[in-house]
Amino acid sequence: MDVTLNVKRFDPDVDQPAPYYQEYSLEVEDSSTVLDGLIKIREEIDGTLALRCSCRSAICGSCAMRINGQARLACNTKVADAVPNGNGAIVVEPPGNMPVVKDLVVDFKPFWDKIRAVEPWLQHMGTKPQHEHIVTNESMLDLAGVMDCIMCGACVSDCTVLEVDSNFLGPAALAKAYRFVADPRDSEHGWRLGELNEYGGVWDCTRCMQCVEVCPKDVDPMGRIMALRDKAMEAGYNRTYGARHAAAFTKHVEHSGRVDELRLPIESKGIFNIVEMLKLAPVGIRALLRGKMPPIIHKSNPGMDHVRRIFEKAEKRR
Amino acid sequence: MFDHDVIIIGAGLAGMRAAMAARENGVDVAVISKVHPVRSHSNAAQGGINAALTERGDPWEEHAFDTIKGSDYLADQDAVEIMCREAGSEVIAMEHMGVIFSRDEAGRLGTRAFGGQRHARTFFVADFTGQAMLQVLYEQIMKASVRVYEEWFVLSLIVEDGECCGAVAMDIRSGEVHVIRAKAVIMAAGGLGRLFEPSTNALICTGDGMALAYRAGAPLMDMEMVQYHPTTLKSNGALMSEGARGEGAYLINSEGERFMERYAPSMMELASRDVVSRAEQTEINDGRGVDGCVFLDCRHLGEKLIKEKLSQISELARDFANVDMAREPVPIRPGMHYQMGGIKTDVQTLTPLPGLYGAGEVACVSVHGGNRLGANSLLDTLVFGRRGGEQAAERAKKRPQSNITESAADMERAVIQEMLDRDGGGEMFGKIRLELGQTMNYHLAVFRDQQGMELALAKTGELRERYSRVMVPDKGKTFNTNLIFTLELGFMLDCAESIVLSALERKESRGAHNRTDITDRDDNNWLKHILVSQGLEEPAIEHSPVVITRWEPQARVY
Repeated sequence: MDVTLNVKRFDPDVDQPAPYYQEYSLEVEDSSTVLDGLIKIREEIDGTLALRCSCRSAICGSCAMRINGQARLACNTKVADAVPNGNGAIVVEPPGNMPVVKDLVVDFKPFWDKIRAVEPWLQHMGTKPQHEHIVTNESMLDLAGVMDCIMCGACVSDCTVLEVDSNFLGPAALAKAYRFVADPRDSEHGWRLGELNEYGGVWDCTRCMQCVEVCPKDVDPMGRIMALRDKAMEAGYNRTYGARHAAAFTKHVEHSGRVDELRLPIESKGIFNIVEMLKLAPVGIRALLRGKMPPIIHKSNPGMDHVRRIFEKAEKRR
Repeated sequence: MFDHDVIIIGAGLAGMRAAMAARENGVDVAVISKVHPVRSHSNAAQGGINAALTERGDPWEEHAFDTIKGSDYLADQDAVEIMCREAGSEVIAMEHMGVIFSRDEAGRLGTRAFGGQRHARTFFVADFTGQAMLQVLYEQIMKASVRVYEEWFVLSLIVEDGECCGAVAMDIRSGEVHVIRAKAVIMAAGGLGRLFEPSTNALICTGDGMALAYRAGAPLMDMEMVQYHPTTLKSNGALMSEGARGEGAYLINSEGERFMERYAPSMMELASRDVVSRAEQTEINDGRGVDGCVFLDCRHLGEKLIKEKLSQISELARDFANVDMAREPVPIRPGMHYQMGGIKTDVQTLTPLPGLYGAGEVACVSVHGGNRLGANSLLDTLVFGRRGGEQAAERAKKRPQSNITESAADMERAVIQEMLDRDGGGEMFGKIRLELGQTMNYHLAVFRDQQGMELALAKTGELRERYSRVMVPDKGKTFNTNLIFTLELGFMLDCAESIVLSALERKESRGAHNRTDITDRDDNNWLKHILVSQGLEEPAIEHSPVVITRWEPQARVY
């Protein structure tokens, strides 16, 4: 089939480097991947095109890039599936949230710095067993879901928080952190959870689902971040804004079937937190002036028994 | 110029294991790799790692015998004994570092069956064992703050007074060429799969390490022994783990028959890889294939087992063959997978070139001989990677740094400049590489004969001549992959020549080297290794004896 790839290019070696788009028209097999197309370009049409790739089987994690605006592995994206409206050009760009080195090659330093920041190695303080650690297969299978991560950076590329706050540890590093917090052999869970509870950690995720959507290995980074939040609260790290917010939210729904919008921000920030309370005051006044103040008396939803039963069931399953 | 006690070229399992061992022995160590360590090809190892755990009633001697029989008696038995004896402690060490090996009911390490072995002794992480181990070793490298020259491409080894004392390498990011001096160098740069088209190997497997050592004067051994894996996908040559057959999958032909019954009645699908690949190719050649393939049948294994233990290959079958493994048989065929041969080393991993050590697929110690057992490659990387690290550290402690200077890189800089300066009309590397791959895959495959191998030799000569005029259109400094691929092709041509010459030399059929014109194994004349070294004008070929400790060669029946 004939296909057009519109590739975002950047050559740092010219005077005043600037990104630009270049169209390549080529013929590929019907079963070809976008990577096959890019390799054909760099080997037969334009030898100056730079990209990373190696295994061609979605294992090495080299070829994450944005295809039609979304991060994907070029090696497991079929050309036929990527052609917009059946005949348009496929837009190929480097992954986001990392500085571009050349064409589709980006600098992974920020990615690895964050992985390193979660101290991603097993910490086992007690005496080592003579043979292997005895643990359940289920616990290892749960970790296998995260160890399946190939460090391709697709989740980091499309993370909407990293776009505005580069301090966020990000989905890949937090998923990696989960791998140790959930490992029964690691003895440092408490300390790890404390660190992950700080600014830039688990509470900075906005649950936008982008990382889940783009992950080529179904690692579910956001699900791992939510699991880390639960573990942090269980471990007693319940004094952060995020933890209080989650606790207040749950409490309201359990009591009335819905969120009490007046008390949620107050309870989340902490009523004795004078500075935060003063910051909330103008918001309250503006809401009052525009007639959007939530009712002072918070009423329950009808059918509260059903809600309570859901909570009871959920409690049993924990 | 940079200085280290020990440098390691390659950051796969062998390289990183060597780095950890050298580090633990108290020397300054650095790793050089043309890709980030976690992109290394070790991550493609799916099925597992073999180890006989004596405390479980599996004596290591049984594992050694299976390995030697698998090698068609070409493996050096002293090396095999070391590998099998040290296997258990290596696997436990990896578990302690954090590898999430699959467990049995009692929570102990679980095993699966693998080809060519009479006992289930393969430890595994689903079907991405290599990746799980590679990630953990990289975690340890981060923890130990080992310096990694990431995306640096090694151009040559530096030899002075007959000893290896460093490497010349290009920082791919900047295009600058540097000298890295070291008191000992460990080559752990992996295999050469891309010499063959198609291959299960990643695009980075271009034989750099073997060619670098060869050019520096070290001999290559057993190069004719090229493994074709029995189960690879037709579309892109991707690997379907032997773990599938270990878990009970069948091989069937176009008539739905489990044909291995006729070739290996007792081991069936789990005979040695060379045996299974030949059986498949015979079925295909005799017209009992479909579209050049036979089938891997996993239907009876059930969805739960496939999801838990074969998840990665079921994704591969879905993405690249459009097949739901739980419902349909997957079309597969033999595909080039592994190079048993490599840089000759002794059991301490030292090559005949003092100062240069070798471990993993790049090296030939020789534990695999004529045919490697599945799940012995990961074991090879760990055992000999560790030994390499220890040996190199010992050497480094006793020696001063050489006094070579930055000018040691002048030659490489000139070669690159000459390549970039060529103008007008020449061809790019791509077509030469493709023709090389097709030639090798046609004439040096599962079945070989004199005429075909001679044609291949003539073809490599022609390609070499064309290569001397090849063009590099990208003249930039930053991340010039066009230049890198062109340099790699030079390495590939050196390796190809050594393979063809060794194969022409061996006038018998043994292991993966199967000649249709000389079909029998000939222990009287050919129970020996073939070595190729760079001569003054022509490559020089020598023979060396196989080390036999306690297992005399027997007929090989599965």
